[in-house]
Amino acid sequence: MTGKSESLRDAYGVELVARGDADPELVVLDADLSGSTRTQLFGKKYPERFFNVGVMEPTMVTMAAGMALSGRTVFASTFAIFAAGQAYNMVRQSVCYNHANVKIVATHGGLLVGGDGGTHQMLEDLALMRGLPGMTVIAPSDAPTTRAAVRAITEFQGPAYVRLTRENLPVVTDGSFALGKAAELRPGSDLTLVAVGAMVARALEVAEELHKVGVEARVLDFASIKPFDEKALLKAARETGAILTLEEHSVLTGLGALVAAATSEAYPVPVRRIGVPDLFGESGDPWLLLDRYGLSKERALEEAWELLRGRGKVN
Amino acid sequence: MSAVAATADLDALRTTAREIRKDIIRMTYAAGGGHPGGSLSVTDLVTALVFHELRLDPAHPDAPDRDRLVLSKGHAAPALYSALARRGFLPVEELLTLRKLGSRLQGHVDRNKLPVIEASTGCLGQGIGMAVGMALDQRLRKGAARVYAILGDGECQAGPTWEALMAGGHYKLDNLTVILDRNQYETDGDTEALMGIEPIAEKFRAFRYETLDIDGHDFPAILGALDTARSTKGRPTAIVARTVKGKGVSFMERTHVYHGKPPTKEEAEKALAELGGGSLTG
Ligand SMILES: Cc1ncc(C[n+]2csc(CCOP(=O)(O)OP(=O)(O)O)c2C)c(N)n1
Repeated sequence: MTGKSESLRDAYGVELVARGDADPELVVLDADLSGSTRTQLFGKKYPERFFNVGVMEPTMVTMAAGMALSGRTVFASTFAIFAAGQAYNMVRQSVCYNHANVKIVATHGGLLVGGDGGTHQMLEDLALMRGLPGMTVIAPSDAPTTRAAVRAITEFQGPAYVRLTRENLPVVTDGSFALGKAAELRPGSDLTLVAVGAMVARALEVAEELHKVGVEARVLDFASIKPFDEKALLKAARETGAILTLEEHSVLTGLGALVAAATSEAYPVPVRRIGVPDLFGESGDPWLLLDRYGLSKERALEEAWELLRGRGKVN
Repeated sequence: MSAVAATADLDALRTTAREIRKDIIRMTYAAGGGHPGGSLSVTDLVTALVFHELRLDPAHPDAPDRDRLVLSKGHAAPALYSALARRGFLPVEELLTLRKLGSRLQGHVDRNKLPVIEASTGCLGQGIGMAVGMALDQRLRKGAARVYAILGDGECQAGPTWEALMAGGHYKLDNLTVILDRNQYETDGDTEALMGIEPIAEKFRAFRYETLDIDGHDFPAILGALDTARSTKGRPTAIVARTVKGKGVSFMERTHVYHGKPPTKEEAEKALAELGGGSLTG
């Protein structure tokens, strides 16, 4: 059901080199984290097209916009807290307002950052980036999707934000990611699990547990946060009648909020949301942190049963 | 050598600094993460502040007239945690909980968990601004507390650092002392290869700071500079402390490799041996 764990960051680094091979004009910027983001792979092969600007994320983003406005495809990488947080208004004005062809690939999203603690665990980036007009937002669930997403964002002109996870994640897809399309990773008609990023593998585990007791849960990978596959969501709402969302992001403003809004407008069904509550994170083992903040498999199963009971599908 | 330095117990400071360096190795090894390089470089500066310069009282950690220390390069948390523990603000045994779930010792200094920390930092470029705010507050309330901020040299590439420094100079905050841990390396390499910050002392001067350029591992020089900062009127002081990244552990010195990488067991044992011996668990 889920394959062995692979690094999304390594996948990015390798695919970035391939994009650089294909487009000799493509440039890459980083802000003193090129070993962690893996842009150093590109930097080693194409040193003249690589700019490691030091600790200056806002200016990295404005410089990226300037190069993009001069006709290039520009990748800029750092941690999610610095890309979406530190440089927010530069992303908003210099990149999005200018429709600049800047592809921001941010690593270290979410709680899975672990030891660095709450200051570095970015839990609001999908909301911040999704709120920007013209921005494409992707949060891959595994390494194959990461590679496909990096390819996909070079196929159009305009801004994009990709959120990667620090930890290796189980391979759950065949890499057939398509922008604006949710991937159905498991069929089912009793309930739908709508998940993103690291929580997709967890959703598959939950579905497997439910299957053992005769409940078939559909699992949708919403790596493409924007554009958002409303069609697949509403189809799931109609066909399964209940939705559980799972995200490693603030539950206030993330995928769950998006799903609740979209279904309540077009086809209201019960929605329950698993995500990080209204709290900052803290230091700790990455996977223990997920449990501590209510993102455990057990908690997801409880929520699933609540939904099923509400639907009269179980007692 | 200044009068202060002459009367200080330099040997005691050196001994304390060595214990703190051992703690840094033990803590980052036990955590399997953290930032040894920039913690080891800043150790003598932190030791001089916590054990000599700052007015602090472990019995009254929140005394209103205590001096304030803001570690703007918050990833050097192990150095500050160890110094505070050895000064009596928390149990030394607690140090090995660094970065563990539930610990007060977060990966970056955190006042929510450990209130003796004056300001939570981690994302670079923000501590210096908070220090300027604290110094302004002291001036307004006619308080006697002095405010110290420790910056990294990579951190000096960040725009907010200079905005805050400009404000400190503009407001002539002579109760503010900025100490730059000039260890030459950031995460990915030499600062001058990535984004050069030199001539850094001239920059501080241009931003209206009384500027001193010292060896950041020489206690008489550190104490002398802090002395000068205390007696300088009408403007803030900046101390450019030339340090060695990874100081005290041969294989960690003058490299970026151990910026954010903890020692392996063998490396930790070797490091402790070089620092004068001791076990991995303290
Ligand atoms: C705004 C920001 N960007 C990036 C980082 C990630 N980071 C942590 S330490 C570091 C390098 C800092 O270099 P320096 O200030 O020289 O620290 P030192 O060598 O003293 O440890 C970076 C880029 C951060 N903490 N904050």
